[in-house]
Amino acid sequence: MTSSMFFNVATFAYLISMIVFFAFLAGKNKTVGLAGSLIAYAGLAVHTLAIGLRWKESYDMGVGHAPMSNLYESIVFFAWTIVLLFAYIDLKYKYRIIGAFVIPFALLGMAWAQLGMNTGIEPLVPALQSNWLLYHVITCFLGYAAFAVACGISIMYLIKAALEGNDSSAQAGGLMSMFPPLKVLDDLNYRAIMIGFPLLTLGIITGAAWANYAWGTYWSWDPKETWSLIVWFVYAAFLHARFTRGWVGKRAAWLSVIGFAATIFCYLGVNLFLSGLHSYGGGAK
Amino acid sequence: MATTERSFVETVWDFFCSLKLTLFLLISLALTSIIGTVLPQGQLPPEYVAQISPTKLQIYTKLGFFDMYHSWWFISLLYIFSLNLVSCSIKRLPHVFKFVSEPTLVLSESARNAYSLRREIAVSGPMEKCRESLAAFLGAEFSSPVVTEHNGELHLFSQKSAWSRLGVYVVHLSILVIFVGAIIGSLSGYKGFVSIVEGTSINTVEGRNGNQIPLGFEVLCEKFSVDFYATGAPKEFRSILTVLENGKPVPGYSQVKVIVNHPLTYKGITFYQSSYGQASEGSEHYITVTPRSGGAPEKIAVHEGAAVTLSDGTMVKLLEATQEVRQFAPGFSGPAARVEVTRKGATPQTFIIFKDFPEMNAQRGDALIFGYDGTNARMYTGLQVAKDPGVWVVWLGCTLMVIGLYIAFFMSHKRIWLVISKGHARIYGNASKNQAAFEMQFDAIAAKFQQLKI
Ligand code: HEM
Repeated sequence: MTSSMFFNVATFAYLISMIVFFAFLAGKNKTVGLAGSLIAYAGLAVHTLAIGLRWKESYDMGVGHAPMSNLYESIVFFAWTIVLLFAYIDLKYKYRIIGAFVIPFALLGMAWAQLGMNTGIEPLVPALQSNWLLYHVITCFLGYAAFAVACGISIMYLIKAALEGNDSSAQAGGLMSMFPPLKVLDDLNYRAIMIGFPLLTLGIITGAAWANYAWGTYWSWDPKETWSLIVWFVYAAFLHARFTRGWVGKRAAWLSVIGFAATIFCYLGVNLFLSGLHSYGGGAK
Repeated sequence: MATTERSFVETVWDFFCSLKLTLFLLISLALTSIIGTVLPQGQLPPEYVAQISPTKLQIYTKLGFFDMYHSWWFISLLYIFSLNLVSCSIKRLPHVFKFVSEPTLVLSESARNAYSLRREIAVSGPMEKCRESLAAFLGAEFSSPVVTEHNGELHLFSQKSAWSRLGVYVVHLSILVIFVGAIIGSLSGYKGFVSIVEGTSINTVEGRNGNQIPLGFEVLCEKFSVDFYATGAPKEFRSILTVLENGKPVPGYSQVKVIVNHPLTYKGITFYQSSYGQASEGSEHYITVTPRSGGAPEKIAVHEGAAVTLSDGTMVKLLEATQEVRQFAPGFSGPAARVEVTRKGATPQTFIIFKDFPEMNAQRGDALIFGYDGTNARMYTGLQVAKDPGVWVVWLGCTLMVIGLYIAFFMSHKRIWLVISKGHARIYGNASKNQAAFEMQFDAIAAKFQQLKI
């Protein structure tokens, strides 16, 4: 399959992009930063092409469906949305350095998918033969990707807050001068979650609508459902933390990191450690 | 006395209005919800009961951990959550309404200094003329202003999307609407299951706790069939169902195809394709035995698990039969049977005979060739049955939530003031959300403002 080759190229591009971003972090050379972004965009273009190709290949095989039906395909899509959101933030807010903390998430996902997973295209079992699958998966993973970006930004916030708190001279020069100001990081974190939270909400609602359509219960406290609700609670707490004295800043950043940890558990941990109705279990080799 | 009582009531009220309580509740709900994803819920599997210590089992049962989402303490958390939501809204809504209905028409000195978005121009014309042209300017560029005179200054106030401040309350209301929908569903709906053998009909279904629930009509399974992928995995299984009232098919509900993800709904009750199987009870399987040396084939009919003796004394026992052999014998497909054949005085032999691969059956080097001709067994279809009159309320709540979130996050209340004093006019701007986006709009208006010659 040619799509596999393109996926490998995209993975490689993200690796190079990450290394270049690290060099940008260390050297502070603007051209290096630009190179990091451009390589990530090139990777995104190839990645997009590969997803399209895989879609077409499934039709050529006679089992045509959107490439979002198993763990491998979902991770690939997840990584794609992360880079897409990074591109949006990069172009809109011009804080390129965030790439050093966001591209690694995309790389991690892609590398794991390419190296550790069964990449074959499989026919859809009856339960997944529904358009709801598409709506549900797209909204969920766009939401997850926004949370990944928020988590990267929160990590920057926590690093910067810790270093500047202890040593005010760090503020003057050093690595920290590359980071956006704390206020900006806090704001970007909030913005990313403002994108992610409605998408996660839509993801949960489309999941419930689908469950109701397919077997008559919109909510059955299945572990995956419950974990998505847990994630939702954590980010709702984040949104309210902003209005509560003593919860702004560091604690909100921690809530964002914890929220993303819960997201990852919802996505992967539930299948690895708990049992339930969802289908992304059998993908690992 | 009265004052302490009042302050007690106030304390309780403040407690329920507090956002700290909201944080506590949201985090508690997140943490406690984990329990039900780790421990088995509902009917406990015997293996689980065997491996857990009796004291633990007793404690967990007491705490409701095995049905935790319906336990008294989890439900209580949800009630407190709702109370928190309601009291908080009651406390804040009037304030927000006031904000919307009685806007700040006159910008105070302190507010003027607080807003970072501001520009100034020099004006030389008389106040009345300035007022006219600047009001027209604001009306054209943003929205028509309200003019107030105050301390010898003219304040022109205009705003957009003031109502977007209500977005979060729509979100909060939607949560309560969803709760109401869920309560309606649990009070007057049910979930059940039924299996219908091809050619037969049912008029009751089995509820969650084993009770029989009458439907008030009959459902007939006309036919059931399954398709497979080349890998042997099921591709589609479908039931052809007909709804009967007083024994007669209901128009429009006759011969309806029901597959996974395409249920059938009649009178608020929905039937979902969920499983299937062979109703093996009492059914016969047909086997043809042909002597390799030639001669008349012998046809036998046998029940699963039973044996038949052929005319030459050979005993044939049907061990099991399946409609799709693929998962047992890779490379083959279709119906097949596993038989045990005991020739007179010989040891028993066990092998599989196929319906669609007669040449395979013939390849076995025995004096007798066995062929499987299939069965008269009928299939049954397994249907999940649900009635939930609250579901529409839940979807209404979900819709409200999405709309509310959109308003809360992506719309903002934008305000512009123009203050005209002697010799100069100043413009100020403020947005409730998305200050950066508003700044661009404000800058564009302010640039035009600074071009004005009055
Ligand atoms: C999981 C349930 C809840 C969700 C999803 C939710 C959602 C939201 C959202 C999206 C906002 C807007 C945040 C923003 O403007 O940036 C908000 C604000 C707020 N929520 Fe909630 N909320 C929930 C529960 C509660 C509860 C139980 C209370 C009751 C105390 C509450 C009280 C508030 C208040 C007071 C605000 C601030 C409004 C303002 O400053 O204008 N929320 N909530």
